[in-house]
Amino acid sequence: MRPLTPRRVFLICLGLCGVLFVAVVISLRLGAYPVSVADIVMTLFNATVHRWDQIPPDFQSIILNIRLPRILLGILVGAALSTAGGGFQALLRNPLADPYVLGVSSGAALGAIISLVVAPHTPGLIQAAAFAGAVATITAVYFLGRRGGQLDSATLLLAGIVTASFLSAAIMFLMTTLSGRDLRGMAFWLMGDLSSPAALDLKWLYFLLVIAVGSIYTTSSDLNLILTGEQEAHHLGVNVHRVKLVVYVASSVLTGLAVSVSGSIGYVGLLVPHVIRMMFGTDYRVLIPASAIGGAILIVVADTLARTVVAPTELPVGAMTAIAGAPVFIYLMRRRVR
Amino acid sequence: MSTPAETGAPLASPVPITAGDNTPRVKVEQASYAYAATGKSAPKFTLGPASFEARQREIVAILGPNASGKSTLLTLLAGLAKPLSGRVEVDGTEVSKLDIRARAQRIALVQQESELLFPLRVWEYVLQGRYPHGRRLRFESEEDCLMAGNALSQVGADALRDRWMDELSGGEKQRVILARALAQRPSLLLLDEPTQHLDIGGKVELLRRLRKLADESRYTVLVVTHELNLAAEFSDRIILLHKGKCLRVGTPAEVYERDLLGEVFEAPLEVEMRPNGRPRVILQGSR
Repeated sequence: MRPLTPRRVFLICLGLCGVLFVAVVISLRLGAYPVSVADIVMTLFNATVHRWDQIPPDFQSIILNIRLPRILLGILVGAALSTAGGGFQALLRNPLADPYVLGVSSGAALGAIISLVVAPHTPGLIQAAAFAGAVATITAVYFLGRRGGQLDSATLLLAGIVTASFLSAAIMFLMTTLSGRDLRGMAFWLMGDLSSPAALDLKWLYFLLVIAVGSIYTTSSDLNLILTGEQEAHHLGVNVHRVKLVVYVASSVLTGLAVSVSGSIGYVGLLVPHVIRMMFGTDYRVLIPASAIGGAILIVVADTLARTVVAPTELPVGAMTAIAGAPVFIYLMRRRVR
Repeated sequence: MSTPAETGAPLASPVPITAGDNTPRVKVEQASYAYAATGKSAPKFTLGPASFEARQREIVAILGPNASGKSTLLTLLAGLAKPLSGRVEVDGTEVSKLDIRARAQRIALVQQESELLFPLRVWEYVLQGRYPHGRRLRFESEEDCLMAGNALSQVGADALRDRWMDELSGGEKQRVILARALAQRPSLLLLDEPTQHLDIGGKVELLRRLRKLADESRYTVLVVTHELNLAAEFSDRIILLHKGKCLRVGTPAEVYERDLLGEVFEAPLEVEMRPNGRPRVILQGSR
């Protein structure tokens, strides 16, 4: 009997942070203008200690102004989507739940587009609208997925797929009829993209990310019990309603946050928690932080590939995650059917 | 095939019919409940006022046909619903007023296990029983591991601790579920049809184990069951329900009357008294 300890959680997260650091350095190195690892390390060091005059202008522009913000955005989006995926899987007691599969990403995207149409330059409105879109969609999918008063796994997935399809059609309709406005491309909202032209205030987005991931983490012992059944969890002393509300709101915030800055990047929330489960077990006390870091690694790697495999053309990062995620989804679905 | 209870073989440990200490651990006074589809609609099901007591070391069986109110009564005892009238007390405290975690420290409810979403080892499952004894976000202490290990030993499932839950047989799984309930260290164990998916050997083994737990570890055990003969063999007290009414409370010998059981279960039943003072129910014309 070797129960999970805080030390083990810390060591797992530390190891994953090491992998993330390597992925970040590789991502900073690769691109149309290759930069050596030594130059990257020196530039990052000088930037950290504010010795700006020691950084060559080329490196300042390529590393600090172009590649690093994109990587930081990728880390934010990856961590948000994979934590939301882990949250939705426990909340809906469905291993195939993911913000993209359930249509929550499309709902957030539609909310964001509507906010851009109605009030394009209101600060924070796009994130708030994306959150509202995510909440409305997961609520609709939750109720559509019920059969005979019980949440049915297959019905829930079908409800998610149909909702996602409907919302994607609505996005396409808006994009087509409102062309010319500052709405970004259709590929951004449907496939996801990290080449954000707008200067985003990453500080506030990271603040929201930490609060939402932290909120879900505080419920991780409860989620372990909810995974064995809501009634059983209630009998064991879990306030199931409170936990569900926290995870529901926090997962919707995370989805809204990710979609508002990167569009709909699919399968991250499905892929990462499952890989983490295979590696470190199903315990949510390690799954939540490890999924957050794992999601960051996946997006950094996927975006690096999206930038470089067919350079100088860039692929949407969502295409890369879908290539990896769709086969995993089919594998998990078939294993479940058996 | 006749069961050991039907053949008259001794099953339970030779304990007196009322073996409990005198202070009631569970006290139900005129407790009633009503289910309604909505707050304003007429009740769909009503459980009439029920009164009984259960002491430590006692096994109390709740009997009755389907839709007689057995599970509703168990819900009231578990504190999952507040009685419409009357009181349900455990160790002198009204159950519905207990905080959810305090309740889980005193009362363990064993129901049929839901399908696990992700695979879990037996020891991980049993450790979940320690949840009410710590903070919400918690890591298990050495004491928790010790308690979980003891719980596994109490149900004779030490050898199963590293097995996966979904690899266990019905009987093994039932023992592990019971171990998780014991890891809660409750004073009251409630079991909802624990023998439902077990073969006769598994049923007898489980009830023997419950008898031993009640006798040696001073648990008060309330079991909802359809097994009339096993209930007669292992229980100290029987609560007989019918159409939402508590018809009788007493020792098996007091409750098992031919006409009463025949009327309640709508079947031609015979009751005969065995040499150990416990009744046995036989279907008329079955021999």
